Amino acid sequence: MASVALTNLDPASRAAARGWSDLTIRNLFIIPTLVFLIVFNIFPLIYSLGYSFTNFAANRAEPWQFVGLQNYRELLSDDHIWSNFVITAKYVIVSVAGQMIVGFGLALLLNRSFPMKGLITTLLLLPMMMSAAVVGLFWQLLYSPSWGPINYVFRLGDFAWLSNPDSALYAVAITDIWMWSPFVMLLSLAGLSAVPQHLYEAAAIDRAGWWYTFTRITLPLVSPILLIALIFRTMEAFKTFDIAYTMTTQPTAELIAIRLYKQAFQQWDTGKSCALAYIVLIMVLAITNLYVKYLNKVKER
Amino acid sequence: MRKLVTSVLAGVGLALACGTSVRAQDKELTIFWAEWDPANYLQELVNDYTAETGVKVTVQTTPWPDFQTKAFTEFNAHGDAYDLVVGDSQWLGAGSTQGHYVDLTDFFNKHKLNDVMAPATIKYYAEYPGGSSKYWAIPLEGDAIGWSYRKDWFEDPKEKEAFKAKYGYDLAVPTTYAQLRDIAEFFYRPDQKRYGVAIYTDNSYDAMAMGVESAIFSYGGDLGDYATYKVDGITNSKEAAAGLDMYKQLYKFTPPGWGKTFFVEDNQAITGGLAAMSMNFFAFFPPLVNKATNPYADVTGFFANPAGPDGKRFAALGGQGISVISYSKNKDEAMKFLEWFIKDETQKKWAELGGYTCSQAVLKSEAFQNATPYNKAFYDTMFMVKDFWATPEYAEVLDQLNQNIYPFVVGGKGTAQEALDKTAADWKATFTKYNRYK
Repeated sequence: MASVALTNLDPASRAAARGWSDLTIRNLFIIPTLVFLIVFNIFPLIYSLGYSFTNFAANRAEPWQFVGLQNYRELLSDDHIWSNFVITAKYVIVSVAGQMIVGFGLALLLNRSFPMKGLITTLLLLPMMMSAAVVGLFWQLLYSPSWGPINYVFRLGDFAWLSNPDSALYAVAITDIWMWSPFVMLLSLAGLSAVPQHLYEAAAIDRAGWWYTFTRITLPLVSPILLIALIFRTMEAFKTFDIAYTMTTQPTAELIAIRLYKQAFQQWDTGKSCALAYIVLIMVLAITNLYVKYLNKVKER
Repeated sequence: MRKLVTSVLAGVGLALACGTSVRAQDKELTIFWAEWDPANYLQELVNDYTAETGVKVTVQTTPWPDFQTKAFTEFNAHGDAYDLVVGDSQWLGAGSTQGHYVDLTDFFNKHKLNDVMAPATIKYYAEYPGGSSKYWAIPLEGDAIGWSYRKDWFEDPKEKEAFKAKYGYDLAVPTTYAQLRDIAEFFYRPDQKRYGVAIYTDNSYDAMAMGVESAIFSYGGDLGDYATYKVDGITNSKEAAAGLDMYKQLYKFTPPGWGKTFFVEDNQAITGGLAAMSMNFFAFFPPLVNKATNPYADVTGFFANPAGPDGKRFAALGGQGISVISYSKNKDEAMKFLEWFIKDETQKKWAELGGYTCSQAVLKSEAFQNATPYNKAFYDTMFMVKDFWATPEYAEVLDQLNQNIYPFVVGGKGTAQEALDKTAADWKATFTKYNRYK
């Protein structure tokens, strides 16, 4: 905080006229956010941590009991839960890798001047502006073996994308790639446009090839922003619920967030679902931490 | 200034007086139900109550997949947003033992509802625990699994001839599951975009469980002993496994991509000319006899769930009873509404509007049985119904069944016996956890 310098108020401003100091104004902005964060985020977080050590069920009148680490023990030794984690890991890898490749590829294509560039960029951004549940329902129709255009275009006949236990998860991941690649594209475009042009000019003078320029100039300079996109998308993919929930009920596509929802709001096993939420939180934090450490290393270079 | 203050005060006083008088007249009741046609019929019915009494009754709905979650979220919060709920039969255990529902035993006895409503509807929609003579709901919408079929396909002389040549008996409405399977196989012609049968496969709530249990019950199996919670040897009996195996066989003859289907898809299988036969709850049949929603309305027929190999014939029970929510601030008004609802003339009007009354007198009447092409099948079915567990932990039990049978039926993993063995083990563990084996 010491490094934050507060700018002095303009003596002619209304705030100054009311006798408010810059500190008062800063507090006026910060306090509501802090209160909101504490009431709706921090407090439930701590409260649910407490519940995770109990057998509390929100739909039961009986008093709950402290069960120690029993919920965590049961969850970590439950084959179904591990299978949900494996499914989620597969989903995160396929979906995030796909988004990074497609998103960065699109950004490379767009990082030049051509007619209607603005319009095309805006159109490409549309998928990520849609509601995830709508996207899920929309893609469910696209995948339909009876009348869906995907099977028609690729001549796949009656291939049942979402009813086939082997393809359901990947069908959902493809939808997620379609929806969120534009986000990676947007960040990548920002990174690409920040690469100093003189570096490319120097490389051209030295007759460096496309691949050499790409791996030695473009990629190293864009990688910090790509890593930020990777962090965001990994966190989001790990928590995916709506797209998968609306598209399929295949157990092979039951992500951990869906299991958590069922445990919490269909079975009302509140204590155990709080414990599961904490396990998921710890996993997401651990993965994010690894990324952040790597990001710092990249920045240091 | 004084004049101004006086006129402002007078204005405020008038507004308050008007507000108070409006509130006194505005008695309101809110009924919570799932979003489907019967809820619209109920709204039409209760408009009569409003006209008679001046009490405004609103039927508030939510889509089926959210119905349970939304209702129990409100119950658990002890919220008074709804005064009455038309809850699923499986909710009785949780609703009664956890204090969400008002005990209606006295109401039931006072109005001798045991003689008024069909026995199965009292057993499954109202009484908990089974045989206790304690009642928590008034049977409102009777429902069960039935079947629709394409009469024109069945009656086509060429099809009849080809069927007889292949299977050695006449093509007709199936009376056994084996016949149903043969007919489904016979009409399964993917190259003609024509398929044998449409069944429930959605495992996000109870759709698939209802379809599967219909087959299991007819095959002589059961889900367990609901009184003692015994599951070993019952849930995973040979008969139950044979029923589940039959359901899996039927899945082979469904239209492509039939892995997440419930009432909408099963009706579309008929309205879209896709399937020869389609499973659905009777309450979803009205659009099938309406030419505006089903181009094949004239050639759509209906039949009751067929029998198993030993002639046993059952169907999964759907339907709901109406309960008063204990957190409502209008409980007295809600009881008055129920008194009106159980009157014979109200039940008759309910049936005329399209609701599936549970009143014995109305059900037995010729007028009801001939009112639609499927009412006779409905009447037959209501005397051979069985239901799922209604225990308070039923949601957990349902999820475990879904987890075990879905990979077998849709994914083709393992065997029926393995799926039910795992289910029996899971259920035993769950019932042990909730101290059901005292």
